Amino acid sequence: MGVFAADTLQGPSVNWFALSPLLVMLGGAMLLLVLAALTPAWPKRWYATFTAAVAMGSFAMCFPLWHRLDIEGPSTLVGAAMHFDKTAVWVTVTISVAVFLAALVTDDYLRREGLDGPELYAMYLLAAIGGVVMGSANDLIVLFLGIEILSIALYVMAASHRKRIESQESGLKYFVLGGFSSAFFLYGVALVYNGTGSTNFDAIVNSVNSTIPSEKGHEALMLAGVAFLLVGLAFKVAAVPFHFWTPDVYQGAPTPVTAFMASAAKAAAFAAMLRVLLLALPHWSDDYRPVVWALAALSVVVGSVMAVVQTNVKRMLAFSSISHAGFMLVGVEAATHRAGQPEPGDGPSSVLLYTLIYAVLVIGTFAVVTAVSRTGDAATDLGSFRGLGKNRPVLALAMTVLLLAQAGVPLTSGFIAKFGVIWAAVQERSYGIAVVAMVAAVIAAYLYLRIMISMWIAEPESGDGGRESVRTPAYLTIAIALSVGFTLLVGLFPDWLISLAP
Amino acid sequence: MDFPILTLLVLVPVAGSLLVALISNRQPDLVKITALLSSVLTAGLSIWVLTAFEKNQDGFQLVSQHPWIQTWGISWHLGIDGISIFLVVLTGVLFPLVIAGVDPHRDHKRYLAWMLLLEAGVMGSFVSLDLFLFFVFFEIVLVPMYFLIGGWGYDDRVYAATKFFLFTMVGSAFMLVGIIATAVLAKADNGNVTFDLVKIAENATFAASTGRWLFFAFAIAFAVKVPLFPLHTWLPDAHTQAPTGGSVILAGVLLKLGTYGLLRFGVYLFPEAAVWARPVFLTLATIGILWGAIAATMQTDLKRLVAYSSVAHLGFIVLGTFALTAQAITGGVLQNISHGISTGALFLLVGMIYERRHTREIAKLKGLQKVAPVFAAAFMIVMLSSIGVPGLNGFVGEFLVLIGSFATARWWVVVAATGVILAALYLLWAYQRVFHGEPDDDNRSFPELKWKEGMLLLPFIAIIVFTGVYPKPMLDRIEPSVNRLIEHVEQHSTWQAPVVEEGEG
Repeated sequence: MGVFAADTLQGPSVNWFALSPLLVMLGGAMLLLVLAALTPAWPKRWYATFTAAVAMGSFAMCFPLWHRLDIEGPSTLVGAAMHFDKTAVWVTVTISVAVFLAALVTDDYLRREGLDGPELYAMYLLAAIGGVVMGSANDLIVLFLGIEILSIALYVMAASHRKRIESQESGLKYFVLGGFSSAFFLYGVALVYNGTGSTNFDAIVNSVNSTIPSEKGHEALMLAGVAFLLVGLAFKVAAVPFHFWTPDVYQGAPTPVTAFMASAAKAAAFAAMLRVLLLALPHWSDDYRPVVWALAALSVVVGSVMAVVQTNVKRMLAFSSISHAGFMLVGVEAATHRAGQPEPGDGPSSVLLYTLIYAVLVIGTFAVVTAVSRTGDAATDLGSFRGLGKNRPVLALAMTVLLLAQAGVPLTSGFIAKFGVIWAAVQERSYGIAVVAMVAAVIAAYLYLRIMISMWIAEPESGDGGRESVRTPAYLTIAIALSVGFTLLVGLFPDWLISLAP
Repeated sequence: MDFPILTLLVLVPVAGSLLVALISNRQPDLVKITALLSSVLTAGLSIWVLTAFEKNQDGFQLVSQHPWIQTWGISWHLGIDGISIFLVVLTGVLFPLVIAGVDPHRDHKRYLAWMLLLEAGVMGSFVSLDLFLFFVFFEIVLVPMYFLIGGWGYDDRVYAATKFFLFTMVGSAFMLVGIIATAVLAKADNGNVTFDLVKIAENATFAASTGRWLFFAFAIAFAVKVPLFPLHTWLPDAHTQAPTGGSVILAGVLLKLGTYGLLRFGVYLFPEAAVWARPVFLTLATIGILWGAIAATMQTDLKRLVAYSSVAHLGFIVLGTFALTAQAITGGVLQNISHGISTGALFLLVGMIYERRHTREIAKLKGLQKVAPVFAAAFMIVMLSSIGVPGLNGFVGEFLVLIGSFATARWWVVVAATGVILAALYLLWAYQRVFHGEPDDDNRSFPELKWKEGMLLLPFIAIIVFTGVYPKPMLDRIEPSVNRLIEHVEQHSTWQAPVVEEGEG
């Protein structure tokens, strides 16, 4: 009711250095938008190069931050609204890598489709900011902001192929369902606030410690709040039964955008899920653990089974990403066994390791799909891969490595990722979910085999000769080479990465 | 010994495979020579291993150990003992023969690259002493084999390859969980997390029920691989559709991963559970022996017949393994090799018949003995070895299994022994239909055994006869390790193997 005096409105002190990756991305996005608006169209590859450079910049900033964390340990930022810990930096690295690779994949794609421009690149960077905020949030409201920043950018990106009606449809569908899930999440925030009197993670935990143990917030409204939060997060990670948007959106969205969604958005959402479940709601772990168990089991099984019966590769990979989300949930389930304990166990690190490995893997896979989908981004049925082994053996070999990694074959990074979560689950004696997940992985393996059969073994059919040949321009090739290299490197020598995972 | 010879056994084929993949398609001869050289080099190394192997030692030899994934306690730990040594040699010798002797007809470069990668995987499986490492090799074997069947097989190859891949992977899914659980649970006894087979087997004490679950998780993977009834249905399809080279390798060494795994990672790791599960395995093995034999009798396709005979033969090996006497296990280990040689050779011969007649239907073949007597003679020797006729290699292993099992698994042996008779029935009957009688028009021009084919078969026949007449050198090397295994089982369970007076034989 009055004008705030200058001294009553005191902003929290801000550790700008700890926020530097965010600032680099934000600055990069702004610069790109402003410069591109003021200048005529940039020459070929400049937009992508600029975006990749910004991503590299934020990636580079993670090293001094990591070093500082080694020395000083974790802390909170901006009035305890955000965490500054290794998990946050890890997520930042994952998302930076995803932006970097996605920008490389997008480059030629946009020119091929006649859509070249700075908008999509700026969206990548803005979405990445949302993802990083999600991964470092220490407050439900901040987390919600992160989710919205990421999601709104993704809605636009999904619909960004102006010439394809499927792209528009996918954007709209994602928007409606995503808005719905955001509402769930927000309602969950409200109910948790009602139950605990705060939206800050630490305060939520403390509110329970200060009340009588028997009444530790187990009233129905609080549990409903926890459930709604879980629904919102499960939607973001695309866990069954909140996955219905995934196949349509993944199929309709421009292929590089799909790659970004499956990598960066998933990594951010899983980091957020770990934070909410383990840091904000450890007292309710006995209540939500069975739910996480069920989500994990349903996701691996339904994702794998549904993937096998598809004929469109983008749809297959959408369902396979659901199955991968199930695997990550296996790690989350393992982590919930130690919720609130000083020793977090291997659960959280196994999930984070999985998200990073999967991010690289899935972008590499979709990069190949981008090349194979040819002009118009429509040739994504299984038959489009026919003859790839004969005409483009190296590309087919790269795809084979990536698919084998997705199937979890040893000596690839995918095996290390799967091994990590199963390892975490077995340590918590969750044998049931471990077996379910591994058996489902066999079903999923059939799906990857189908793509490989199409590439290497299927006989050519009439009309194959008339198809546009598959082009692999320089940036796309670099992206594929980097992902395959990383996949094999981590597969053969995983120790350094495993020991880094926070 | 400091020279990392076992590591080289794995890495040489890998290097060969990469080289082959890198050589241009326009130099087919260079591709073939590179592939052959690297497989011959591997064979040489495996022979060297055999000479370096101390025959009276019972522990693991030529061990080399380096840390790999320290966070998880995983190391590159290789070593061999009497149970694995001949499998290593068999692998080393079989691959160059197949690479030199069997023509895939198309796309040599990729075929040879996969072949060498397969060799590396099989080699690695036989020499690994780390659970994780073993799993890696065990699983990686699937990939080249899948592509070999799928890429160079016959009409139904995609179905067969996929079935093979998925069946084996289901087993592996259980095994992976079992491996991790084993390492995690053994942590208490070892002090830290390790996947080291020897450390876990010697130090860890699992509660009986836990050990049984873990054993089950491992055993199901190996039972699929062996394959044990009723998980065998992938085998006839895979064998029939695979190219000849693939079939030889599949029968020769790949199936042995299952029987070897049961000994190394079943009986050795979980003795108590293995003793507990004996009746189940003995029964399944016996059913497999009879089922395989009866099914083989019914086949109209020569290759499928041989495939079913594998089910029967491997049943004997499992029978010997779970009889848990020194004699029976020794027989089983020896039978691993004998079956690899004789069934491998049978598949080669069936492949030669197919090359000539473009059919494997028994009904369409007739009177070949008249037009190709040398070919028929070669087939006869190999077939007799497969039947288990005294004086040839098949007899030694099967006989040891039967007498060794008699004391501890009497009634199973009584039933299983009929399998020997059935083996004579289905093979002799097939021989009679294919080789006897007057050749009809289609078969009159059946070409005689070529010089090159003869050279390919000669090593097989030499080993068949040598092992049959003088198995002592092999038995001397196998027995100490088997005795040690039996002692290990006796120490860690209530099992008491009967003491048998051993004559010199």
